[in-house]
Amino acid sequence: MLDVMDSPTHSALSRTLLQEVRMLASQFQQTFGRVPSFMEVCGSHTMALARTGIKKALEGYVRLISGPGCPVCVTDQVTIDAMISLTNGSDRIICTFGDMMRVPGSYGTLMQAKTEGKDVRVVYSPVDAVRIAEQHPHQEVIFLGIGFETTIPILAAAVKEAEEKQIHNFSMWMSTKLVEPILRRLLHDGEVLLDGFLLPGHVSMVMGREHFEFLATEYGLPAVISGFEALHMLSAIRHLLMSALKQRAIVLNDYKSVVAEQGNKQAKYWMNHYFTLCDEAWRGIGVISQSGMDFKKEYDRFNAKIKFSVSTSEPRRTKCRCGEVIRGLIDPPQCALFGKACTPINPIGPCMVSSEGSCAAYYQYMREE
Amino acid sequence: MERITLAHGDGGELAHKLITDVFVSMFHNDHYAKFDSATLTWGAHELAVTTDSFVVKPLFFPGGNIGKLAVAGTINDLAVVGAVPKVLTCGFIIEEGFSIRDLKTIVQSMAEEAKKANVTIVAGDTKVVERGSADGLYINTTGIGVVSRPLDRKICEGDSVIVSGSVGDHGVAILVARGELGLVSTVESDCTTLYPLISKALKASNHIRLMRDPTRGGLATTLVEICEDFGVTIELEEDRIPIKKEVEGACELLGFDPLYLANEGKVVMIVPKEDEQAILDVLRSQPEGKDAAVIGTVRATNKGQLLLRTPLGTTRRLYRLTGLMLPRIC
Repeated sequence: MLDVMDSPTHSALSRTLLQEVRMLASQFQQTFGRVPSFMEVCGSHTMALARTGIKKALEGYVRLISGPGCPVCVTDQVTIDAMISLTNGSDRIICTFGDMMRVPGSYGTLMQAKTEGKDVRVVYSPVDAVRIAEQHPHQEVIFLGIGFETTIPILAAAVKEAEEKQIHNFSMWMSTKLVEPILRRLLHDGEVLLDGFLLPGHVSMVMGREHFEFLATEYGLPAVISGFEALHMLSAIRHLLMSALKQRAIVLNDYKSVVAEQGNKQAKYWMNHYFTLCDEAWRGIGVISQSGMDFKKEYDRFNAKIKFSVSTSEPRRTKCRCGEVIRGLIDPPQCALFGKACTPINPIGPCMVSSEGSCAAYYQYMREE
Repeated sequence: MERITLAHGDGGELAHKLITDVFVSMFHNDHYAKFDSATLTWGAHELAVTTDSFVVKPLFFPGGNIGKLAVAGTINDLAVVGAVPKVLTCGFIIEEGFSIRDLKTIVQSMAEEAKKANVTIVAGDTKVVERGSADGLYINTTGIGVVSRPLDRKICEGDSVIVSGSVGDHGVAILVARGELGLVSTVESDCTTLYPLISKALKASNHIRLMRDPTRGGLATTLVEICEDFGVTIELEEDRIPIKKEVEGACELLGFDPLYLANEGKVVMIVPKEDEQAILDVLRSQPEGKDAAVIGTVRATNKGQLLLRTPLGTTRRLYRLTGLMLPRIC
């Protein structure tokens, strides 16, 4: 889009880069007899690739597969149901990131609970939830802690604030996820043939480039850390193609203005100060050992799972195929519900409602009627 | 049981569904639902009538306040149907405990904004509700204007789409002013009365087909509605749409699309290609229109689709905003 202060040179540069990417992709096809496949791990990349038109412009040249990088989408149905059922207790204020509000549980959503009078509040930072706890000392404030490595340090910051202010009516229901274990699982399962990864810029900002070295050294795959503008993403795909053509496995940082070699040491320190590795259940995949973070024992007083018990029944089964979407096995339109029974207004699965979900990206930016 | 949610008030798909399913279907008057103001024949005169309620939070924001917004918004709704705004009424719902000093500031801004368009505020109503029953202050305004030159609304293939300036400014200014996102920005709301600008454009061309002020739901939702209501297909050029660097930056960070952010001081016009330059010259000669740009073309007069050509040369279809825009988690 045109910045009113600038000339539109970005546009010409993007088109030149696009041509180069197409040329390299054609060379790959001639060499290996197939279209190269890259997985974008991050939900924000999924959205940006669709919105900028890159995904459509590369159709037939490069297959871009949405990976399990949307925190809402990968959250297991049992966990979603448990989070929603937390609203049933009296004298509770449930605080959440906005994305969670319309995610369907088996028997309702947080938005429905709110319209029925439950105290559910959208906050933009977990620290805001601590402030709400401070203002309402006679109520229990529970923050729904979902997210990847980008979010976990912010969760830690909120716990630190609650600890320093000695706030006793604040807790978090943790369901965080880590990128490395899920990538290892996907590569181990080998359900999708991949030629490389477009790595998440935000997660890499915390974890650093070297965190992803294992993709090259252990799995022999190239990977590129990318930002979110069209030029960033095209440049990253260009690097991926060049590496894949030469069959050279390297992990490249193409987002150096934001991502450091070793990441953000301070953020990692606070993550590991309050939280420890735990097993986590992933939607459509199951439990992956040590794939999330939960409170260390000494911080049980902030752990909502210890403070509150919730009862959930067996999750309601639907024909939603979000589990296959996040594993890269199908594209959203291949789900029979897509755009018919399942739309952003009436979502059946989380991939349609999250602002980082691949079904929502397809619906908003790639749907044709 | 289906209930009203906040998403029903965002000007997008759910708001559209609510209006068509409940209000239009029960008031049996779908023709008027297409326009910002209804035009009524009264003796020898054609009058335009509009009403709007303002519930913005916070009440004061960079570039304006709820009072300025209420008057400007209502005058703009009259101006975009080609009317000369004449009188306004206003109703206040005030929460117990509200500061009289703040109320005076707000009312003063209303008076100043009305003066810009030579509009008189002629009647009003005040209700005070218990503390906790309202968010400080709500304002409802009703406006009446005289239509001196009705727009013909006959959109033709090849017509140009013009926007009077950068989009998304109000949306970002409000998000930042709420202080919930931890963002610091210098973006001010574009909130202003557009009548003086629009009247000059109407003098520059006798053939402006249609005008709208792209408020809630943003430029994209407003143009989707025009495409559907009039059955025309419009193709926008993404790299010609003016967007301020700060607005684009905030959107990148939060995962928002500036095309869906609210504007309160912009007008979008559909004009014949041959009148495009004359209208642009007039708009750009005024401070409110200095960044005016031709952003698209009417491609066909069937189908009713809004398309966006990206800088990469691909085209995608734009739809109404679906659900609330919320910042991403990661």
